[in-house]
Amino acid sequence: MNPKKPSRRLFLKNGAALAGLAVGASAAAKSTSADAPAERIDQLHLHGERSHYVESVRHGSINNPERHLPDEPRAFGLTSPLQDSAGMVTPASLHFVISHGYEPPDIDPKEHRLLIHGMVDRPVTLTLDDIKRLPSVSKFHFIECHGNSTTGGLGGPQRVSPDATAQDTHGYTSCSQWTGVMLSLILEQAGLQKKGTWIIAEGADDYKHSKSIPIGKAMDDALVAYAQNGEPVRPEQGFPLRLVVPGFQGINNVKWLHRINVVDEPYMGMMEVTRYPRLMPDGKSRWFEFELGPKSVITRPSGGHYLPAPGFYEITGLAWSGGGTIRRVEISTNGGKTWQDAKMQDPIMRKAHTRFTLPWNWDGREAMLMSRCTDDNGVVQPSLAEVAKIWGIDADFFQKTTLITSDMNAIQPWKVNADGSVKNAIFQNS
Amino acid sequence: MQFSKTLSLVGGIALMATAAAAQQAAMPAYKGIGTLATPQQIQSEDISISREGKGLPPGNGSAKEGAGIFAEKCAVCHGGNGEGAKIGPALVTDKNAHESLTTMKPVRSLAAYWPYATMVWDYIHRAMPRNQGGTLAPNEVYALTAFILYKNGIIQEGDVLDQKTLPNVHMPNRDGFIPARLEDIPDERKRGCKQGICP
Repeated sequence: MNPKKPSRRLFLKNGAALAGLAVGASAAAKSTSADAPAERIDQLHLHGERSHYVESVRHGSINNPERHLPDEPRAFGLTSPLQDSAGMVTPASLHFVISHGYEPPDIDPKEHRLLIHGMVDRPVTLTLDDIKRLPSVSKFHFIECHGNSTTGGLGGPQRVSPDATAQDTHGYTSCSQWTGVMLSLILEQAGLQKKGTWIIAEGADDYKHSKSIPIGKAMDDALVAYAQNGEPVRPEQGFPLRLVVPGFQGINNVKWLHRINVVDEPYMGMMEVTRYPRLMPDGKSRWFEFELGPKSVITRPSGGHYLPAPGFYEITGLAWSGGGTIRRVEISTNGGKTWQDAKMQDPIMRKAHTRFTLPWNWDGREAMLMSRCTDDNGVVQPSLAEVAKIWGIDADFFQKTTLITSDMNAIQPWKVNADGSVKNAIFQNS
Repeated sequence: MQFSKTLSLVGGIALMATAAAAQQAAMPAYKGIGTLATPQQIQSEDISISREGKGLPPGNGSAKEGAGIFAEKCAVCHGGNGEGAKIGPALVTDKNAHESLTTMKPVRSLAAYWPYATMVWDYIHRAMPRNQGGTLAPNEVYALTAFILYKNGIIQEGDVLDQKTLPNVHMPNRDGFIPARLEDIPDERKRGCKQGICP
């Protein structure tokens, strides 16, 4: 490793400093509960906190020049610690964030309005209370940044480093139960006109992020969410309203939603047209890509984990597809020579993370762990070589480019060494 | 007689029920929730600008006017000549930047990459200056757009941008996007996508 490059070690150092602060603040809680200050007890009673022994945190590009896009001056995003995940729901506090360096707006929900206008018969403004009067739905859906697991750009050198964790390689995906109102109901209520073929969804953030979404999707399974995992959507996730567009690239899930304009063509929002298209070696960009392909990653054992001795271990991970429900997950422990079916844990739902497991006896020798999923359309997660083939490029493109190779759903290999260490092997077994 | 009267009454009720069902189907399911938005309200909140300039307000500006506004409101983040600084990205890039798009180190700058000049107007208007989006008057936005395009060699210093001329400015990367036909965008089969990814 290049010693000049800031590494995970550096992050851990910074993280430890932060953790030190946190420990200082809650030092009293380490003693017996009888000694704990009354306000700490009150806090735990009023709004629970996790044990201070749990250290799993999001991390990102704050003050780390190696992780910046050339024109991103501040924290680009925060990744979710997948290597510590359990089940299929991500705690809201650990849900990944992409912010392009902007802080979440501070919105008073009493003042917030959602305006529906454009090609509708009855343009309408809805308060949060109005929206809560409408029939609600609660649905589990993943949200994934289309740049998640890209080998270039966003992930930076850390994503392809042998020391990468599952958080470094795949941390820009998370899954929540979202509660809200189907967008189709709101658009029908407003009298959607036939000539309306696209919606432009806009947020109330500092740059008024706007995203073009085909009407077919808007009327299918998109929802206007006010709650996430049983509590109001958190500020960095779009409080008080977030558009959830299941299975579509993360950028469509507009946070701080305040306006939906029904129109008859895609509009050219800055982010969707200048940052998110996939630029290919031919110089042409693929714009307005939507659905995320089937993808899976083993979260344990994964990069940075350590197997203390040969013997029994459960292999576990997450699989998801923007196309529908995960039907099958296969695991290889020998770099793809043979595959076995993993067991999938309930609940298994459309466009949601699905937890899978496989019992494994490690014989103490080198092993290459890989997972591959198939969705209910029969679409199979590709290898890196297959991705290159479909894209019509040389496989070594991924090792050369500084581009965000978005919509990258290649199989992720983890190498287990004889000493029990687990390493990222993205370019060693493709 | 009684019989036929009853029959006609039943028929009448059935007719009414059919009419009511038809009316219900035509009516919104949850009528009355929310407040009808007035045209004034929509006008004040609708900042969407289409690629062909739908939504652009009256007004105009040129690079000459834009230079002063840029120095006052933009240079602190983007540098005096739009060359970029710690806070703001470069707005003015090398004349050959567009050619870098076929290399391993592409420059996706405004001049090299953005396909429509209307997007420049839209983004300045909605988002700039940072954390003060929406505070610039239309004339200022036209002038700043002209200044940035002029500095990139895309228009002349004296060119006046307005509702009509701005959408006609040709950006170098105008044809750099696939699919070219906007109506083909939502169709993944037309795009040749396989295994969840598109070529």
